[in-house]
Amino acid sequence: MPKNPLINIDIQRKKGNFNFSAQIQTNGGLTAFFGRSGSGKTSLINMIAGLDTPDEGMIIIDDQVLFDSKHKINIAPEQRKIGYIFQDGRLFPHLNVRSNLLYARRFLSVPLKHEKFVAIVDLLGLEQMLDRRPTTLSGGEQQRVAIGRALLADPRLLLMDEPLASLDSARKAEVLPFIENLRDQLKTPILYVSHAIDEVIRLADTMVLLDKGNTIAQGEVEDLMSRLDLRPFTGRYEAGAILSVNITAHDSKYGLTELSFTGHKLLIPHINFPIGSHLRMRILARDVSLSKLKPTKTSILNVFDAVITEISHDSVSQCEVILDIGTPLIARITYKSVIDLDLKVGSKVFAQVKAAAIDRRTLGLGSTRISSII
Amino acid sequence: MFLLTPFEIEAIKLSLKVSTLALLGCLPLGLLVAWILARYDFYGKSLFSCIIHLPLVLPPVVIGYLLLVLFGKQGVIGNWLWENFEITFAFNWKGAAVAAGIMALPLMVRSIRLSLEQVNVGLEQAARTLGASPKWVFMTVTLPLILPGILTGTILAFARSLGEFGATITFVSNIPGETQTLPLALYSLTQAPDGDTGATRLVVISILIALAALITSETLSRRISNRLK
Repeated sequence: MPKNPLINIDIQRKKGNFNFSAQIQTNGGLTAFFGRSGSGKTSLINMIAGLDTPDEGMIIIDDQVLFDSKHKINIAPEQRKIGYIFQDGRLFPHLNVRSNLLYARRFLSVPLKHEKFVAIVDLLGLEQMLDRRPTTLSGGEQQRVAIGRALLADPRLLLMDEPLASLDSARKAEVLPFIENLRDQLKTPILYVSHAIDEVIRLADTMVLLDKGNTIAQGEVEDLMSRLDLRPFTGRYEAGAILSVNITAHDSKYGLTELSFTGHKLLIPHINFPIGSHLRMRILARDVSLSKLKPTKTSILNVFDAVITEISHDSVSQCEVILDIGTPLIARITYKSVIDLDLKVGSKVFAQVKAAAIDRRTLGLGSTRISSII
Repeated sequence: MFLLTPFEIEAIKLSLKVSTLALLGCLPLGLLVAWILARYDFYGKSLFSCIIHLPLVLPPVVIGYLLLVLFGKQGVIGNWLWENFEITFAFNWKGAAVAAGIMALPLMVRSIRLSLEQVNVGLEQAARTLGASPKWVFMTVTLPLILPGILTGTILAFARSLGEFGATITFVSNIPGETQTLPLALYSLTQAPDGDTGATRLVVISILIALAALITSETLSRRISNRLK
């Protein structure tokens, strides 16, 4: 059934000589707001939460108008029912973990059920720390409590402002699976602010690109990350295509795992996920090479038929080539090769992906929404 | 045994009564002023802050004289209060409380303002996103976090009220049983030819009261800051 987008934002704001303007429509699941620092990500979610006020425009969440400058509507933050997980946790230092978690209880319209409390404590693994003070917890534990506290306020939307940014990589790895669980097990939509592309690729279904206070593009993560015109905004990160894959087999003899996507198979070194898992991965452009003839007797295990859809000559010696193998793939090759092989848009080529070339950091369990598309 | 004479009991009772009333006025007013100074920017804020802090730097006698001019029965405010509400502060213990309160207010304001400025506004924002109205945020987040500051301010203000001398004697004079608080009684005794013993006794009493107040505040603030850790 056709429905208005869950989140519908169109706001402008001028602060000093920083002009902020955002138009965003997105539905459930996890939407990442991605941009460099200073791109206005935090201002944007502060305005959604009601902690900051736009000059003009409207914010509609779940068909409720939270802000509308034309009709002078500006709902107070405490009435918006929007959970906010801050970068710095912001647990109440004078309350223990249990009281922090239960802080919102007295403001709920429907009394909190004990089962719900237990379920959320369980989901976030908090049972061991209920009687402790926030200051005795590690950064990762604090963020998990902050997530639980926001969820127990029964929000219709969760905002996360770089919840992992202040954590070291070990703590990040500790918290990430909890956020994946939230995304997959709760119906609450999440807006996730980040300047780390790895997190975005691992967690998000859709992404909104922000730059200097403007929304540059929005759409599926896979699509946006393979658009060459967005490279300046996706950052100085290495170009790479995002693939959504299923694990189809493990080969114990050679220590390989077979993945399938859009009718293709891909072999990578063994990874420890069960058969049937959905994964999202990134294949770096520099690990993809091209050949006009079908490679035989090659050490490279993964060869795909491909059609060139775009060639970008972005530096003197290097080119980025977008290929269609049923899904976009990016190859980074020399300009000389483009000329020597006479590569043009529409040319048919063979793309070779080294098995060892999988960018493991971005391996993440894809959300169920994405995997159902596959 | 250290038995108190009726004269001493009267002075102690009066001192405690005056200081308590002074604190009751000081606390809400101090909180309000500290809040305004810590959270708002407005034109004339420095001047406002200066006026509040004047009693710290002015000779108390000046404050006492100003109070006399303003709140005496012939004074602008005093006259109006008397005509409309039959309230007067002239030469009675309530006047002593006003003098003590005004002298103590800047100490209360300073202490609360300092702790307010240390409160992370982010915590208050977090509370609002969890459904708390500004009033609830103040009651459940801000107030518990500034409690140590309020406590320190209260003890300082209490001590200042107990010790208040110059403004009191100028404004409401030195009337036994009405405005003669501990320091004023002590002063009277030092002026009397055979007052040495009585004066020594009042000195000891003053020290004991001050010690009791300090120890109470130390214990309480340690308990509170343990809770905040």
